[in-house]
Amino acid sequence: MLNAFDRQLIHATQAGLPLVSRPYDALAQQLGVDAVLVRERLQGMLHEGLIRRIGAVPNHYRLGYSANGMTVWDVDDARVDELGEKVGALDFVSHCYRRPRALPDWPYNLFAMVHGHTRAEVERQALQIHCLLAEASRRHEILYSSRILKKTGLRLPGTTDGQ
Amino acid sequence: MKARATPSDMVMTHNSIDPVDAMLIHRLHGDFPLSEQPFREAGEQLGLAEDEVIARLQRMLDDGLLTRFGPLFQIERAGGQFLLAAMQVPEERFDVVAALVNAHDEVAHNYRREHTFNMWFVLGCTSADAARAVCDRIESETGLKVYAFPKEKEFFVELRLPV
Repeated sequence: MLNAFDRQLIHATQAGLPLVSRPYDALAQQLGVDAVLVRERLQGMLHEGLIRRIGAVPNHYRLGYSANGMTVWDVDDARVDELGEKVGALDFVSHCYRRPRALPDWPYNLFAMVHGHTRAEVERQALQIHCLLAEASRRHEILYSSRILKKTGLRLPGTTDGQ
Repeated sequence: MKARATPSDMVMTHNSIDPVDAMLIHRLHGDFPLSEQPFREAGEQLGLAEDEVIARLQRMLDDGLLTRFGPLFQIERAGGQFLLAAMQVPEERFDVVAALVNAHDEVAHNYRREHTFNMWFVLGCTSADAARAVCDRIESETGLKVYAFPKEKEFFVELRLPV
């Protein structure tokens, strides 16, 4: 659970760090605490995994990775965990998850995100995944993204301490 | 709260990125210093002055090359949930529904994909119940079914594409 200071710190940084010479001092001033406390807590959050990293979040499309394919696979339940590990280890796969099917509309239980400069590149990557899954995959699809509708990252709701 | 990145059109032509910008994105992927003057410290390692680092980051944010610069929170480490959800939105209602969905602060990102499941978004919430409640609200606002695809198992996460 988040304590009150963590919430304040997330609220103050979720849109980004202040781009000033002393960003942690600026945050501390905004929150009315000592700058050392800000830096120590950020360090603590990194250590706990509550912050995955501090740095630049690129827009991959603008960097030329315009083909973004969510590959989805209907994989034998008995083998999906073992095979998911192998798919996740492929260097071009950025995210790989087992998720529930929503039958009959959605038969897929393994999601692997791949990125390429072209759709042909994505298709070659999907083919590698297919070879790896072989007969354990009954069917699959590639869902290409065609527009970013929103990309803000986490935003804690409002100013109230809720949920 | 204003999102730094405007929804980008992915068919935008990719202009070759400035090599110093590319180096900055690459080197500032993570491990941003928690020192008093972190931009100066980061710049020293790259042979760039503090104000140049700040100016370049600001320009890349303004240009949409970066969507954010700061901490990436993994709210699941504090009892929260990132929930992937999808909808099958009739084409003629797509923009209206996108606006309704995006109006929720909890929607961390939202992508249009080429499929009958044409809208895919991620909710970042402080609890699984809160995420479910947002799905319910979106269903009642849009009259459309929201398919929730919670992670059952994570095989790999963290994308680092060569810049």
